[in-house]
Parts: sequence; structure tokens; C-alpha cells
Amino acid sequence: MLEHESVSNPTHSKTTGLPRKRFYRARAHSNPLSDSHFPVPTSPSQFDCTVHYPKIFSPDKSGGAKKIEFADIGCGFGGLLISLSTLFPDTLMIGMELRDKVTEYVKERILALRASNPGQYENVSVVRTNSMKYIPNYFEKAQLTKMFFLFPDPHFKEKNHRRRVISPHLLDEYAYVLKVGGIIYTITDVEELGVWMNSCLESHPLFEPLSEEELEADPVVKLLSSATEEGQKVARNDGQTFQAVYRRISH
Amino acid sequence: MEDHDIEETEQKLEAEVAPALIALHPNQKSVSVAVGSGLRIFNFQYGSAAQLLDENGGHKDSIRAIGYSNSGKLFVSGGDDKLVKVWDTNSWRCVYSVVSEKRVTSLAVSGDDKFLCFSDKFGVVYVVDIRDYNEEKSATVDKKAVPILSHYCSIITRLEFSPDGKYIVSADRDFKIRVTLFPKEPLKGAHEIQSFCLGHTEFVSCLAFVSCQDYSQGLLVSGSGDSTVRLWDYASGSLLDTCEVGAKAGLLHSDQKQEEVLTAVTDLCATSDGSLVAAAIQSLPGILLLRCNFSARTLSIAKVVSVAGETFIPTSIAAASSVPLLWMVMGASSLSTTNSALLARVRVVSGFAADHSESFVAESSSVIEDREIPGGEPLLQELQGKLSIGEEAFSTAAEAVKTAMRNLLIKKQYSTERRELRKRGRNDKKNQSPTLS
Repeated sequence: MLEHESVSNPTHSKTTGLPRKRFYRARAHSNPLSDSHFPVPTSPSQFDCTVHYPKIFSPDKSGGAKKIEFADIGCGFGGLLISLSTLFPDTLMIGMELRDKVTEYVKERILALRASNPGQYENVSVVRTNSMKYIPNYFEKAQLTKMFFLFPDPHFKEKNHRRRVISPHLLDEYAYVLKVGGIIYTITDVEELGVWMNSCLESHPLFEPLSEEELEADPVVKLLSSATEEGQKVARNDGQTFQAVYRRISH
Repeated sequence: MEDHDIEETEQKLEAEVAPALIALHPNQKSVSVAVGSGLRIFNFQYGSAAQLLDENGGHKDSIRAIGYSNSGKLFVSGGDDKLVKVWDTNSWRCVYSVVSEKRVTSLAVSGDDKFLCFSDKFGVVYVVDIRDYNEEKSATVDKKAVPILSHYCSIITRLEFSPDGKYIVSADRDFKIRVTLFPKEPLKGAHEIQSFCLGHTEFVSCLAFVSCQDYSQGLLVSGSGDSTVRLWDYASGSLLDTCEVGAKAGLLHSDQKQEEVLTAVTDLCATSDGSLVAAAIQSLPGILLLRCNFSARTLSIAKVVSVAGETFIPTSIAAASSVPLLWMVMGASSLSTTNSALLARVRVVSGFAADHSESFVAESSSVIEDREIPGGEPLLQELQGKLSIGEEAFSTAAEAVKTAMRNLLIKKQYSTERRELRKRGRNDKKNQSPTLS
């Protein structure tokens, strides 16, 4: 996983060394309800950081006590992670994605970026998992300071609302892994889903909305619509976006 | 493709087999056995069966969970007919009936008899407000259930309230145990997760609290399909001890061929002082007694109590807090192969009590003869349906229950080729796929 063959790899661009998306074509959707057939750590202590952040957790560095603080749930092709990586160079962050080919792409992308920018992008990684089922297997209570849900699958049919990644009951688990004061960022270009996500967060007793000033001051908010591939697509088509940004509060 | 379809239907049939369940009134006023859709109650005070009064005619499909409330006033039952019923244990009248959207998998009544919680096959836990309970009323009241928490689309196998009533604990087939704060106003939902107890590597099948006077908050023990019983500090979610019990069960049955599937722990029951925990294990004819040490925070194997004369592998166990007896039932519903459609056999272990000397346990706990069981023959007649049961029925039931549990709770593993094949056979592409035979 750590070996990188950017020179000879035919799936990578010759000029930039980055992987090319055409070799990582994937379905747009994945069923979160199906049984998972990929390895999942039994508990957060079983999650091997040395594999994901080899430079930071190398024997000569004192990364031992460091913990992942940002989680991008359904990270897609990883646009946001890449932007956050340089904005918060000292923070460990991870993308979680259910589609294996997309995860593979992000993995290659990170490795390519690490190779071409020595010392950078060492704080970012990706894992293939079903975050709706296994969030507590990866993070301890109050471990995270930021969680991202950008352009999630809208699941329009009412029958499929339980597949939505923001739902009243799943918010309990997100509140569990978030520190008090931690922030949950959501954005979508589907108005119906935007209203849904906002109302789920609004009626949850462990979350409160950020004020206008706070949103203005937060550099991450600007990235929500500009950094991701989905966001850029929406911007190209002059589409509207709907965001909901909430803070974890104590009860 | 045809072979594949047959295999699927076979699995479905087996999954319908429900294990027999047993529950005991906290003061041993009565004992209940559920097998199939039938509830059988024996009342010790009158020495006879209790007649259930339900204007809707009881359960219509396999009962999956039963239990008495801590006070003993209420008895609850629920199952595959998507109904939860609350019974008054004096009159055995159905006082509440709740309709669930999905099949009911487990039940728990809060320590103060104010709320009933139940879980369904889709991982949602519901609460029902039963504060308006009134013994005088004679009609069954229909109640609405409110969802309070959810395990994401995972079958919840067991629900328990902590001894102090502060937490509700739920276990699921995805190896998880979730400890959630049970709020003062639970109808608004239980949003605050206290901890997750993570460590099992297969489905979690059963839970029990062990508590003693010095440690009233208690510790949690859990049994699993991974052949272990684990001890937890449930408030922090930290694993204190792991007891491998599969090896112990395997030793007794070394003549049997080694199976790839681990023997699952199917039920747990603790003594009122928490010093002993009984574990029912698939393929172990008898019961395994574990000793819980609160100061050292350990769990160790104390003794195997084996059953002589018949292949009795309990499917459910229970005890009353005041009486040193462990009640066990072995049985299953809708067995297709034998003429006895329902099987239930009740056995009792003596000496299931608080005592700290090891020799005491070793000498005094044993399976008692049928004639020594409280209630005697009338009890066995009522709970078993008949007094003598043929030996072949036991092995059939044991096998059927085991298969049903495996089909229900263990993730199916397919080879990569098989998965690709299934993908190709998806509904939207079926017409184009070539026939395989």
C-alpha cells in the first residue's frame, strides 16, 4: 500500500504523477445496508495509524499520542481532504468512503501528492468503510473536532430515508465521537436533502447552529462548496447549495 | 441458478425455527416458557397452569423474547407477529398491546415499571410509556411506541437496563454493545451514548448484569458467537476480562467433528450477588458456571454442570433472585422432521447461589431429578406439554436451533467469484444473463 510507482504506473498522469479518474470508474451509489466484506477494526485501539500516517508515526517521530481529529464521511474523490491537509498541516484527518474504487483512487492520489511534495500531505489518509455502521469502531468518544458530510447521496424515496447518512439516530453516534465544541459540516445541492439535514440537526438536543459571524470567520466553510469535485460541478452549472453547520454542545 | 434458489428457500425455512425461552418471576411465584407462538405459565402458588386472558387471542407467530419486570408485577412478550404484549402477573390478563413495524427481537422493562422498551429486526429500539398502568381496568389498551435509538440496520439481539436504571444497553449482530443514557423523559429519544463495549468478533447474543452490595452499579457480562464471555466496565466501555468458553464445550464433545463455525454462547444468567454467571453454550449438554471476581475484575470458569441421560443443550436459562435454582429450557418451534412440532424440555440446576468458597460450587450444583423440581409433574406437564420426550427430538432441535441462529446472525461469506456471479444475477440485468445450467 505504501509503495508508490508513479513513474511506471499507467493509471497515473505522466505530467502530474496523479492518478487519473478514468481508471477508477465507479458507481454513483453504494448500498449502505448490505453486509460489509472488508476488514473493520474491532475497536478504535485496533486501528493502525502507522499504516495510514507512516511519516508521523515512524519510530523516530513522537506521533504516538496523536489522534485523528477530522473525518470526512463519504469523502468521494478526496478534494476536501487535500485542501484541508495544507490548511491544517498538524491535524490528522481521514476520509471514509464505501466505494472501493473511489477509495483506491484517493489512496493513490495521496501517495502521489506525498511523493511530489515531500513533507506535505502526511497528515491525510483514506479508509474504505461503511461509516453508517462502523463509526464507533474507528473513533473513541469525543475524539473528533470536525466531521464533514459533503454532497451525500440524497435517497429521495421515503422508503430509503433510513439510508441517508444524516438521520436523527445516526446523529447520536456522531455526537458521541465529536468533542463538545466540535463542528459538523453538511452541504448539498438538493434542496429537499438540505432541509432534511438541517431539521435533523436542529431538533437534535446535542447540536446547535453556528452564528452568521462564526460561519463567516471559519475558513473551512468556504471550502465546503469550492474544494470538492461535487461542489465544483454544482458551481459550473450555476447550481444552488444548502449548507448546515452545527456545533456539538453538552446536554 | 436453480440450485441457488433452492438453497435460499431452505435457509429461510430453517431461520423460522425459534428457540424455546424461559423466564422466572423474581420471587419464583411463577415460571413461563415460550415455544413457538405459545406461552405456557405455571403458577407455583396454586400449583397449576395460569390461564392467559387476551381478547386478541395471544401471539400469532414465534415468540422471540419474554421477561418479568423487576417488581414481578408485569410480564412482557414479543416476537415475529410484530406484537408486544404486557401481562398482569396476578390476573394474567393482557393489559397492553403494542404494534411494532418490524419483528420484535428483545424486550426490557425499566426498573420502576414505568417504561417498556423493545427492539426490532432493523435495529431500532422503541419505548412505550406504561405509567398509566391500572390493575382495575379490564380492557386491553393499545399503545403507541416511540423510537428512541437505533443500531444502523443491525439486528438487536438483547436489551437490558443497568441495575441502577441509568442506562439502557443494547447488543447487536455487528459485534457491538451500546450503552445509552436512559433519560428522564425517554419519549424524546435517548441521544446520549455513554460508551460502546467493543471487543467481540462475532454477533453478541446475550447480556447480563452482575452486581453486588459493594458494587451496586455492577459490571456487564456478554456472550457471543465468537465463543467467549466477556466482562465489561460498561460505563467506560473497557473490556476487563475475556473467558474462552468454546474450548471447554469442545472438550466434552471431542468425538464430534471439528466445525469451522465457533460454538456460540446463547444465554447468560447471573446470581443475585453476581458471584456466579451461568452460560448456555451451543453443543454443550449442560451449563457452564463462571465465577466473577469483583475486586480483581476477572471472570473464570468454575464448573461444568452436565446433564446425565439426555442430550440436553439449553436454549434459554433463568433464575429467580430469591431461590438458588437455575431454570433451563431446551426447545424449538416448528420442527419439520419429527412429529413433535414443538419441543420444550425443562431442567433445573440446584445450588445456583451466592457462595464464595470454591468447594461449595463444585459439590452442590447439579441437575436435579424431575420429581424434585418445584411444581413437580404438573409443572412439567404444563411447560413441556408432555412428560416424556424421545431422544431423537433433542438432537433435531439442537441442530435446528443452531442453524437458525447461524442463518440469522452470522454474516454470509461468499467467495469473490460467487459475489461476481450474484452481481451478474441482479434483477435489472437478469434478462440478459445467460442461463447457468
